[in-house]
Amino acid sequence: MKPASRAFKTNARKALANEPLQRALGGIKHGFVANRAKARAALPEFDRLRDEARAVKEHTLAHLDLYLEEYEAKVIEAGGQVHWAPSADDARETILKICRNAGARTVTKGKSMVGEEIAINAHLEAAGIKAVETDLGEYLIQIRGEPPSHIIAPAIHLTMDQVEADFRNIHKDLPPERILDEPGQLVAEARAVLRDGFLAADVGITGANLLIAETGSSVIVTNEGNGDLTQCLPRVHIVIASIEKAVPTLEDANTILRVLARSATGQECSTYTTYSTGPKRPGDPDGPEEFHVVLLDNGRTEMLGGEFHDMLRCIRCGACMNHCPVYGAVGGHAYGWVYPGPMGAVLTPSLIGIDEAGHLPNASTFCGRCEAVCPMRIPLPKLMRHWRMREYEEGNTPAGYKLGLKLWAFAARRPKLYHALTGLGAPLLARFGKRRGRFRSLPLAGGWTRHRDLPAPQGKTFQQLWRAREKTP
Amino acid sequence: MAKNKTPENKPHVGLFVTCLVDLIRPSIGFASVKLLQQAGCRVGVPQAQTCCGQPAYNSGDRPDARALALQTLSAFEDFDYVVAPSGSCAGMLKHHYPELLGDDPGTAGRARAFADKVHELVSFLVDIRGVTKVRARHDGAVTYHDSCAGLRELGVKAQPRQLLESVEGLTLQEMEDAEVCCGFGGTFSVKYPAVSNAIVEKKTANIAAGDARCLLAGDLGCLMNMAGKLSREGKDIEVRHVAEVLAGMDDDPAIGEKQS
Repeated sequence: MKPASRAFKTNARKALANEPLQRALGGIKHGFVANRAKARAALPEFDRLRDEARAVKEHTLAHLDLYLEEYEAKVIEAGGQVHWAPSADDARETILKICRNAGARTVTKGKSMVGEEIAINAHLEAAGIKAVETDLGEYLIQIRGEPPSHIIAPAIHLTMDQVEADFRNIHKDLPPERILDEPGQLVAEARAVLRDGFLAADVGITGANLLIAETGSSVIVTNEGNGDLTQCLPRVHIVIASIEKAVPTLEDANTILRVLARSATGQECSTYTTYSTGPKRPGDPDGPEEFHVVLLDNGRTEMLGGEFHDMLRCIRCGACMNHCPVYGAVGGHAYGWVYPGPMGAVLTPSLIGIDEAGHLPNASTFCGRCEAVCPMRIPLPKLMRHWRMREYEEGNTPAGYKLGLKLWAFAARRPKLYHALTGLGAPLLARFGKRRGRFRSLPLAGGWTRHRDLPAPQGKTFQQLWRAREKTP
Repeated sequence: MAKNKTPENKPHVGLFVTCLVDLIRPSIGFASVKLLQQAGCRVGVPQAQTCCGQPAYNSGDRPDARALALQTLSAFEDFDYVVAPSGSCAGMLKHHYPELLGDDPGTAGRARAFADKVHELVSFLVDIRGVTKVRARHDGAVTYHDSCAGLRELGVKAQPRQLLESVEGLTLQEMEDAEVCCGFGGTFSVKYPAVSNAIVEKKTANIAAGDARCLLAGDLGCLMNMAGKLSREGKDIEVRHVAEVLAGMDDDPAIGEKQS
């Protein structure tokens, strides 16, 4: 998708005025946040598990080449094929070729953020292949023509009323008088409609939460079971995964799965945890005839060992955005690309460039709650700050802002000058603000006073008063 | 509690005033001095301090942030402790100076030694000086907002509550989401005013939902943000730095309140 991250401020303003969105975002606190807290409290060793999960991933990243090659060898041994895709373009072309070779007209899709990253649906549709999203949330945004607004709950921005209206609009062949008041009724309708898609599909595409090197298995965690139907029913199964999903062993995968579901939805484990190893073997009751894995790099090897290396530990649980005050205020679409919230603020500039995504690492209060809840202990505020430094070094900090910063720093680096200036300024401001004790508006402070009053200074500065006090015996 | 009796043995504490307290609300500085002296410390206030450098650091301006870090370091190096009435500034001195100055062997060791001496005011009183109660009176219910950096970078959570409980006449009423950001975020509040406003609106709603008519916190930046929003919304809630109440110096008009 074409990034709209440059318009973050406009996007944010629209989001703040969007009432259904605000209602939908209000639910996160009592859902994801409360559930994670409960899950965490119920597992005393949770923080120790986080350390273990982090260590697993760090070890893997330090030997990523070896584990990916081991994974590839095991996939081939199991009868599957591995395709290395350095760029999004390569991944799209590879997938299209596999689909064409399979003579595919319809493709079902399990939920995949990498699929969103490479915009695979648009590419397939342009080639005349119908792509059907089978995750309920993904299905909802597909029929609306929207990108996901959350990495694990892509349609979290929608309310029930909106979904009902969309279903009535799209599912024209169903009786108009049917009742769609409750979540269960909406789910049942989607299930019935999607069933045809599952049966018609020639190829199923899923993502992967983990790639296990020792067995050549890929793992998906889902709650709807759609992923299993996507990968079992069609003749061809394509796994699309980015390279940092690798882990050495099954045991390691379990360590990560234990923190993943708890951090994401507060479940001990997801309803379905599905391991896929190669195509259907003789005697297997079901499974695909062909099994392909497309391994996407798309800038990730550039991150290895660099400033943003830590970001490669991300397991896409979404806890950072669930706990982010900025995400909670504006939702995911304001971020303007595939990955929103704190993890997106770090990852998006790596993938589409800091000139395109400069707002994202800046639009953070650095409250640190994302880092506090991250199961992989990714120092997200620090990484956002690295982007701000990169931006500053490359001269991309907005000119007016930079000038203000420079003037302030010039004074702050000269304590005598600084105290002379503040010693004049504070009493003066105090005199103007004395009547109310605060300013309702102030030149150059419009960003502040548009929304809130600015408390006035008390009078002299602390330094002035302290020096005066020291002089009096 | 290891209070040393003779002046020579009293620990020498350098007060890092913070630029906001210096400029906007010196009474917080004096409340800090009083609390530190009550806890058996000698207090000094170097004149060569200005700002901890966060506006530069968080805007990506590493050179200026580094220069300010060195300036602060030099001004405070001779003290036994460095104490700030702000979790945000103390966090900068304690955690971010070593990062800023760590790439130069000439400054890395100094920054680490300095960081060991840095504390946020209230946690210093409780954790280092062993203060368990204060001599102060404040009638009525208060609520306490946990400022982000103090809470998450320095573990300031129980200490202010423990001392507040010892204030005569005071009852602490927790608000919902006390640990959630108020939306200030330093320069964030002016770079993204609309988003910042949406966040502080949630905060003031939580504050006003309780019975407490007094809001306390340990960081003046957050306090100015919340006080400014509360007064703009016409909500009559007194806003103060926690040190003012703990020091029994809550006679001054509250933050954003008119001078009598």
